[in-house]
Amino acid sequence: MQSHILSIILFTPLVGALALLFVPKENKNAIRWIANLFAFGGFLISLPLVPMFWAQRFEPGFKFLEGTPNNWIPSIGAGYNLGIDGISFLLIMLTTLLGWISILSSWTAIENRVKEYYVWFLVLQTGMLGVFMALDFFLFFVFWEAMLVPMYLLIGIWGGPRKLYAAIKFFLYTLLGSVLMLLGILYLYFHHHTVSNPQVFTFSIPELYKTAPLIPFNIAIWLFVAFFIGFAIKVPMFPFHTWLPDAHVEAPTAGSVILAGVLLKMGTYGFVRFSLPFFPSVVSHPRVQNWVIVLSLIGIIYGALVSLMQKDMKKLVAYSSVSHLGFCTLGIFALNSAGLTGSVLQQINHGISTGALFLIVGILYERRHTREIAEYGGISNVMPIYATITMIMFLSSMGLPLLNGFVGEFTILQGAFTANWKWAAWAAPGVVLAAAYLLWLYQRVFFGTVTNAKNEKLHDLTPREILTFVPLIIMALWIGLYPKPFFQILEQPVNQIVQNIHDKSNANAAVNAQVAPVPGPTAAAEIGSDEVGSNLVVSKPGLTAARLKASN
Amino acid sequence: MFLNHIYLIPLFPAFGAVIMFFFGRRLQKATVNAVCVGAVVVAFLFACFTVVEYTHFAHGTGHPFEKILYTWLGSGDGHLNFVKRDGTTASFNADAGFLLDPLSSIWLLFVTGVGMLIHIYSTGYMAHEGGYYRFFGYLNLFMFAMLTLILANNYMMLFVGWEGVGLCSYLLIGFYFHRNSASTAANKAFIVNRIGDAGFILGALTLAWYLGSFRFTDINVQARGGHFAIGDPVLTAAALLLFIGACGKSAQIPLYIWLPDAMEGPTPVSALIHAATMVTAGVYMVARSNAVFVLAPTAMKTVAIVGALTAVFAASIGLVQNDIKRVLAYSTVSQLGYMFLALGVGAFAAGVFHVFTHAFFKALLFLGSGSVIHAMSGEQDMRNMGDLRRRIPTTHWTMLVATLAIAGIFPFAGFFSKDEILWQTWASEGGAYRILWFVGYGTALMTAFYMFRLMYLTFYSPSRMSHEAEHHVHESPKSMTVPLVILALCSIGAGWLSWPHSLGGSAHFEKFLEPVFAREAVVLVEEGKSAQLAAGEKEAEHTDKTEYALMFLSLAAAGVGWGMARHSYARAAKGYKEPIAVDAPPLYKLLYNKWFVDEGYDYVFTGRRKVGKVRLGVMGAGEASSWFDAKVIDGAVNDVGWVTKAIATISTWWDKWIIDGVGVNGPAILARMISYPARLFEWGLVQWYALVMVAGLLGFGVYYVWK
Amino acid sequence: MVPITTLHYLVVAAALFVLGAIGVLTRRNVVIVLMSIELILNAVNLNLVAFSRMWGNLHGQIFAIFIVVDAAAEAAAGLGILIAFFRNKETVNIDEIDLLKW
Repeated sequence: MQSHILSIILFTPLVGALALLFVPKENKNAIRWIANLFAFGGFLISLPLVPMFWAQRFEPGFKFLEGTPNNWIPSIGAGYNLGIDGISFLLIMLTTLLGWISILSSWTAIENRVKEYYVWFLVLQTGMLGVFMALDFFLFFVFWEAMLVPMYLLIGIWGGPRKLYAAIKFFLYTLLGSVLMLLGILYLYFHHHTVSNPQVFTFSIPELYKTAPLIPFNIAIWLFVAFFIGFAIKVPMFPFHTWLPDAHVEAPTAGSVILAGVLLKMGTYGFVRFSLPFFPSVVSHPRVQNWVIVLSLIGIIYGALVSLMQKDMKKLVAYSSVSHLGFCTLGIFALNSAGLTGSVLQQINHGISTGALFLIVGILYERRHTREIAEYGGISNVMPIYATITMIMFLSSMGLPLLNGFVGEFTILQGAFTANWKWAAWAAPGVVLAAAYLLWLYQRVFFGTVTNAKNEKLHDLTPREILTFVPLIIMALWIGLYPKPFFQILEQPVNQIVQNIHDKSNANAAVNAQVAPVPGPTAAAEIGSDEVGSNLVVSKPGLTAARLKASN
Repeated sequence: MFLNHIYLIPLFPAFGAVIMFFFGRRLQKATVNAVCVGAVVVAFLFACFTVVEYTHFAHGTGHPFEKILYTWLGSGDGHLNFVKRDGTTASFNADAGFLLDPLSSIWLLFVTGVGMLIHIYSTGYMAHEGGYYRFFGYLNLFMFAMLTLILANNYMMLFVGWEGVGLCSYLLIGFYFHRNSASTAANKAFIVNRIGDAGFILGALTLAWYLGSFRFTDINVQARGGHFAIGDPVLTAAALLLFIGACGKSAQIPLYIWLPDAMEGPTPVSALIHAATMVTAGVYMVARSNAVFVLAPTAMKTVAIVGALTAVFAASIGLVQNDIKRVLAYSTVSQLGYMFLALGVGAFAAGVFHVFTHAFFKALLFLGSGSVIHAMSGEQDMRNMGDLRRRIPTTHWTMLVATLAIAGIFPFAGFFSKDEILWQTWASEGGAYRILWFVGYGTALMTAFYMFRLMYLTFYSPSRMSHEAEHHVHESPKSMTVPLVILALCSIGAGWLSWPHSLGGSAHFEKFLEPVFAREAVVLVEEGKSAQLAAGEKEAEHTDKTEYALMFLSLAAAGVGWGMARHSYARAAKGYKEPIAVDAPPLYKLLYNKWFVDEGYDYVFTGRRKVGKVRLGVMGAGEASSWFDAKVIDGAVNDVGWVTKAIATISTWWDKWIIDGVGVNGPAILARMISYPARLFEWGLVQWYALVMVAGLLGFGVYYVWK
Repeated sequence: MVPITTLHYLVVAAALFVLGAIGVLTRRNVVIVLMSIELILNAVNLNLVAFSRMWGNLHGQIFAIFIVVDAAAEAAAGLGILIAFFRNKETVNIDEIDLLKW
């Protein structure tokens, strides 16, 4: 028996978008109500998933599977295949929650082309959910690209003064990454056909899991690079990050929330879901690992430093994302359980805290239409509730214990430390700098007396605006006080990925050592010197098939 | 029954803070008092009963009591592991757990006790201030964090309190957030503390990586198990990293700079957080980690040297400050240095004892200075005071007690604790350590001097007040003076708890703490190292004669300091000159400007000041990174865009004029030229075309028929 | 009584066709031109039905039905174009419909 809950969650926003098409565009309030209804409904519908998933959190493999491989376009081997594990489960819940909150937050912020705005937003929502649910590379890529267009339009139509520049930059930059990733996907696809027995074409991800690690190192490294660039742009990692501040600054508030909260997680999710299981021998190669980690560490410190000097609040938050996401990639490429768990947790936390930070900036922007820090000062005199909420979210973002940020950051640091203590030592200044740029921002915006006459009449938060923060604060406290359920949900998938990397990279090294008298596994694993590995597939089909069976 | 619900102790004040957070705005001041002060009183009573119950539980063995509520970090089922340094795996786990042993009992009692008194005092001091509920909410939150810190059973729980007190300190320093100086000081406090926190986290991670757990009991068992050599490099690194954390929290060189600025907060805050409790957290943490520190002599030496340096350095600045609270702030830094000196020479119990006595007399000094400031309608500059002793007698008498205590006059509390530290310093390793004793001794002299300077300038010398201020001088209300009196009694009596053997006492305090620290001796002996740090050895080595001599010397130092202060300031009239300023102007300038450390940090580390035209430090790095980001990285991205666009422009030109022009439009033009004559046959009349068609068909038919 | 043979039908059909052709060629009013086209189509229909009868199968009849449908569609489309044209030019004179000449 198949449960269709994933499909239901996936298509609820799309149904909402279709429903909106039938509402006349002059009727703005009706449009808003319907969009909010579907967004909130989408969140409510995803809630039953929680107890259902909780009951089977320790079971291995993907859960709530839908569809069979190759059932969509059998001729090319594409399938409508959904399924989730602990990692995607958390990200899906984050997406439905943030989707609802950002749609709720746009009630008064969007005044022109209201209908199109909500339609595109709901389409975007489906696209994001699809990325996290797809177990088929074709389907995955469809959603991956489908997500790009609505975001492009959200920035390009409802954005700020330089919206076209930002939108095009965002689109082209991410498209460049997607194209490289597509090439990688196609290689995996044809490679699967070559080595599988009987030979089949399929885009099914679980199937590809079995064959992709067999790719010889000297090819796998290039595939890894192709995927890496695709995901690194999305994350964004240093030095692929410059689209982010532009896109964030120009995007409407809700767009920024979703962009930071969910879209950036596509990159890290890609690392966890694809790069790690597909190329275990590459990611565990010390030199590759080192490079990625160094980029992450640069991102952490560099993002924080740049953030410190920003004069635009939204840009400051955008660069802080670069820093936080640096922690996420650091955790992933520490390649151990603590690092990976912390990284996924930190992704959730970043969605919550940075999402809230963008909402916070958006609220001031909606009232004053400027994001210049120098325009403000003494805001806590006129908007005390707002100041309190901001303080809580700032603290969560800078990783204060008993709030969410600390749990993720600390777990990552623990993972990084056990992998190599120097990595943790380099990441630690990021924690200090986070406090510096956030508190300095807080001082300049909230403390002091009101010096700018325009700020004297600002009204405090409306109940609707408070409502947008309540779920985020509750989540921040929950993760901060009692993160055990999250650790338990992540435990099984994370351990499996780590185990896989160790097994496969060890097996590869062992096979390489066996087949030819190479000085040692490390030499065989050197970039570009892996003649042995490339012979493996061609000349030893029996061996390959045997290992294929073993890995089943 | 109290012991089993030990977790309630921090939760009482947390409850008060939550009430203030949600409803404080709408509550009367009386209700706020009832909730917030009540919560702390309940916590204090609960703590007393708990400690009593604990002494029955432990039967004098000092065996720690642990209570684990739930797994905080980690999945709690043992499948989430990490690899230790030796390659074995350990579970990633930190509990929400509580621990009570003699060490935490002492902290628990004086934190709740002093905290309670300061809460009561604040109801009077803050009575006319805005944001009353906010102040008490923060204070209660602070109590929650501090109690969590004390009662934690592992490094991560301790870190919860550690960061929590940092946060509350930030909020309370910035309480008058309208003032730019206050919010800047708040930021400084938090960020400097954060640097220490980063060290702390790394230290805790090192311990977990090496020993496989964050729990104090696990770590102690392992560290005392004799598996590690003295001077083990990893443990040394861990101890040094932890000490960086302690430097941040307890204001030691080089991270002490935040504490003097923290005096921007309301005075009760300075008393509670920046004198009695929070700043001793670093001492607590080092004492708590004593098993690790004992195995790392390098770290111990560092602690001792940093402590001694801080003590003398801060005291030297305190000699010439004019702000009454700043003098006390530097005095606090200096006394904290004493405590670290004690820890560093292995006299953990003496250090803890000084924390204990210091909590009373320093809280009293701050509260007394608050009472003075209250009486002077907010004036803090001692140059504008004088002759207050008859006008505010209670304040005067209590402050005098505290001054005698801190100066180390027999039989006030400070005498016992300070003397113990100096004696232990003298009696420990000897040789180079004697220098530390001299430093400490000099500090004692300076302490007596600047404290009596404060007393003379404030209470005894001729009045330098303005008439306006003089008119308003009044003694503080009962809610403020009663805590002063209680603290004064404690400042006299607290020292008697550890009446030394040499004076015929029995040192109860140290005996109580013995189980927490004692085993260090065992470890050292087992390791075969000549255990000069060991308490037993010291006992044997010391002769009563030296101890008496040292006691006499410190008393003499206190007396000399007192005499010098009396000589210089007893008759300080309006416009008096500092004796140092007269005798050695450059030295005065240096001390008055705090050795220019803040300026130096601004040049080198923060980058708030430019060196010539160059900005160094973090802000310099930030500016450079921003430039790099905008010009180089984004520049490169935009250049790629520009090149693409240029190529596209050329392609467009090529496409328009060559391909489309010559290749496509060329033939079209040709065709048009040819077709022009043909067009003349057509004139657009449909029926004409039809006629031609019919004619054609007919012709066709005729041709076939006739053929 | 002379039996009606195929030839009779053909003669009638030819007459109809000629009438239609002349109408198409000579009339200026587009409506009448369209009507004349219908005449031509009906002449063809007649032929088809006649031959169908002659051969004794239904093929021709089926074709005829198709043509009837087609004629209806053609009339509808033609009249639609005509109305659109009339709205623009206010005339249905075929001489003035020469836009395609360019």
